[in-house]
Order: sequence, then C-alpha cells, then structure tokens
Amino acid sequence: MEKKSKKRKTFTRRDFLKGFGGGALGAAVVPKYLPPAPAVLQTKEGKIPHYSRKQITITVNQKNYSLEVEPRETLLQVLRERLNLTGTKMTCDRGECGDCTVLLDGIPVYSCLTLALRTDGAKITTIEGLADKEKLHPIQQAFIDKDAYQCGFCTPGFIISSVALLKGNKNPDLEEIKSGLAGNICRCGNYSNIYEAVSAASKRMGSS
Amino acid sequence: MKNFSLAEPQTIEQVKAFLSERREKSFLLAGGTDILGEIKDEIIDPEIMVDLKSIPNLSYIRKEKDGVRIGALTSLAELAENPLIENDFPGLHEAAKSVATPQLRNMGTVGGNLCQKPRCWYYRDPQVKCRKKGGSRCFALGGRNKYHAIFGGGPCYIVHPSDLAPALISLDAKISIAAPKGEKTIPLADFYVLPRVNVRQENVLGSDEFVREITVPPVKRGEKSTYYKLKERGAWDFALLSAAVKGVVSGGIFSDIRIVLGGVAPVPWRLEKAENMIKGKAATEELLRQAAQETLKEARALKDNGYKKDLLEVVLSRATLMLV
Repeated sequence: MEKKSKKRKTFTRRDFLKGFGGGALGAAVVPKYLPPAPAVLQTKEGKIPHYSRKQITITVNQKNYSLEVEPRETLLQVLRERLNLTGTKMTCDRGECGDCTVLLDGIPVYSCLTLALRTDGAKITTIEGLADKEKLHPIQQAFIDKDAYQCGFCTPGFIISSVALLKGNKNPDLEEIKSGLAGNICRCGNYSNIYEAVSAASKRMGSS
Repeated sequence: MKNFSLAEPQTIEQVKAFLSERREKSFLLAGGTDILGEIKDEIIDPEIMVDLKSIPNLSYIRKEKDGVRIGALTSLAELAENPLIENDFPGLHEAAKSVATPQLRNMGTVGGNLCQKPRCWYYRDPQVKCRKKGGSRCFALGGRNKYHAIFGGGPCYIVHPSDLAPALISLDAKISIAAPKGEKTIPLADFYVLPRVNVRQENVLGSDEFVREITVPPVKRGEKSTYYKLKERGAWDFALLSAAVKGVVSGGIFSDIRIVLGGVAPVPWRLEKAENMIKGKAATEELLRQAAQETLKEARALKDNGYKKDLLEVVLSRATLMLV
C-alpha cells in the first residue's frame, strides 16, 4: 500500500514540465513561471487591475511564502495543499463548522471562505504556529490536561478561536467563552471539557 | 470552486463604470461569506468578481447631523462593537451581535448582510432549479417548509435571513445606492421587494448598482429600541423569528412604536396594524397578545411552519415589553 502511494508521487505533471527544460517547449513553458502581469479592464474611469492569477506574499507562522494563486483558491486550500500545513482542517467548506479557523492579521476568520489572493501581504497564524519549539502554547497544554477533545478533528479550530478569545478578554466567564467559541462545532460534543480547558488556560496565562 | 477572475477597482466611479459597461456574469464581492458559498454550490457562475474591498474608505461608522452613517464595507464585528451604536441604537447593536459567529462577523459586511441571499434549502441545493433560480415551481410549497414564510409568500416562500434589516428598518434607516446615473437614497423599507414583484431578487438593486452606505437618523428623545431573536440552536443560527421594536414610551404608554419582524416573510415584515393598536395605550401583555392575534389573521402557514404563529405571539410581547 505504502509502496503504491510512493510510486504515484514520483512523477507529476510539474516534474515533467520542469524536466523538459530546453528547446521550443521550454520557451513555451517559461511564461508560466514568470509573475503574471495583471490584465486590465478598460473603463471610462481608467484601468481596473484584473487577475486570473496573482503572485502573492504571505507570512504564515512568521515564515514568508511567495506563491502564485488563482482567484478561486481559498486560503484553506493554499495552507493545506500548497504549504503542507495540514493542521488547519477542511470539513464543511462553507463557513459553518469552524475547523478551518486561522488568525488573519490577528483576527479569527474561516479560511475556507477567504480567497488566498485577497490575503496578499497578510500575517497568518495557524495551529502549527502556536507552540514554541517543543513547548506547547498554554491553551494547547490546557486542552491536553482537561481532555478537551475526543476525535480531535475540531481541536485546531477551537484552539485558534480560544487564542483569539483570550487575546481580547483575559479572564472570560463561561458565557463569554461560549459566545467566543460559538463559531466552532465539536461533533463529539465535548464542549464542557473545551470550556474548562479555556478557563484553565486563561488562569494559567494570567498568572504567568 | 470554478475559476473566475478578480477585478480590483480603486474607486467607486470605476465600479460604476465597470458595471454599466459589463454586467453579464459579473458579481460584487465584499466579505464573501455568502457569495463564495453560492459559487461553491454552483448557484451562480461568475466570470468576474469585483472586489469592493480594494476601494479605500468604504468602512466607517460616523455621527453626523442627519444621523449615523455606516459604510457598506464596515464589518459586522465593527458594527457590533461600536460604542456609538451600542449607546444610541441598542436594537441595532443586539441585531449585529446576534449575526452568525465571531469569525463570520469579522469577515461579513453590513452591505453584504443586507444583500445576502436566502437560506431556503431548495434554493441552496445545486440539484434543484426552483422559481428563484429561474425554474417553474417552488419546491418548498409542497415540500419541507419548516423555515419558510407565513406572510407575503408566493410564488416563492423564502424568508429574508438578515438580522440587520429588521433592526435598521425599525430605526427608519435609509440606504444609499451608487448607480451609473448618480447616487440615490431610499428608505431601507423600500429596498426589499416581495417575490410576487421579483421572484429572482429580494431587493430593488439594479445589476449596475451597489450599496454604498446606510444612514440611521438621530435617536429622538425618549426613544428606545431592541432586537429579540429566537433560534433553533443556542450557539448561532439564522432567526426562526425575530422582532425589532423601536418606540417612545413613558409610564408604560407608547406614544410611538415601530415593529419589524424577521424570519416570517420574504422581506422584513412591518406590523403596522399591531403598531396602531398599541399606540397611545398602556402596553400590557394582554394588549400585545391581541395585537399579535390581529396580525396573525393575515398569516398563511404552510405544512410545517405553523409553529411560527405561536412564536410570533410570544416574540411580539416579549420584545415590546423589553422597552417598557
């Protein structure tokens, strides 16, 4: 099984194009690797920049990435499929479940409904960016201490939402925790432990 | 998602010029929380999305002589957290807080909330071509219609999903629409139209027009407002039924009252008859129940949504009594 999947990975269309360097084909391929110039829409009020692809630069977990995206690519797709940051989960893909929550310039948003192209220049924090090397973020540690997950699939989204909540409110009461996490769903129904974990983390972060 | 291209106009004039020259398969993009779902569900098939966020200065809340002006691109979170709104218009503040989730409020905009498409599950189903999508029948009428309209339905039975719209209409808000011919400002109440007027669209916005600003007139002396929303889920949901009430009350007597319901009709639903019954009298629970009964004489419940009639009675009196 493992062998098979490895084999499939060995030769992609991109490798084919890259490998076929010289000659006429090479010349035809080159434009694909140049930053695409914005086509413009001409109106009587001047030219409107207009993109079918765009080179963007984003900072994800304090690391800079420069890549070319299509307008239809969501931030979630870019994080998972282009940058291999698969901690952010795709579940409903419609802005209902909260599993794809990331911090965009410090504010929690659903990355499934965020077009990557519109995040050019933004700072993004995902679940991978919370720990300090081996030392977990206090909220991550609290989720472990309080058993705040069962299957764990919603956990990254819940933790990111909790980070945003505690940034704005250092010592939330239960109602404030509930409304702060209202945009995330746990289908295992482990809410009481999640709320306990956030409460414990707020105390720990307040005292340190 | 199917691919489209993204235009980034720099001025309102450019958007107007673009829309007047090319409208086919072009859609406006603000927060994107509703329209990207529509693209994913293949309800719309855009070739060009016009990004309104690339235009500077469309996000603001400021107090002026003729009222509070709210830019169309103001986020719902900004509206919900604004102290000016909280102080002068508690009804609007409550409505903004009750919209969706923290994440969606950070992304969604005031203009987008007012122009969002309905949540009807037949409309949202990629496989179904209903009246609203240019088909020949409304599937909710003979199908499952738990969340559908009890007032103003036919030939489509959606309910308007916006929380802000009933609250803003109760406050006599006006909407400013940018159009190629120039700007026009109309009462928000006149912005929405019933399906019998236009089954494809919930408002009067032309294909070359877009929402630029909302103006809420200054709060009058003694004026109070509230927004009361019933949901099926506690955490977040669209309204099963909601009531925005604004009034001037002293000694339990309303000298002025305005009631607008959400979740009951294809447009925010004003209860003029009930208002007239309440005006000038002591607002007792009994009077409010009578007003609700009078209102309900015009209700036409479908197979699964008769419970909304019971909810209306409760919501009308609870919301109104909150002002007393």
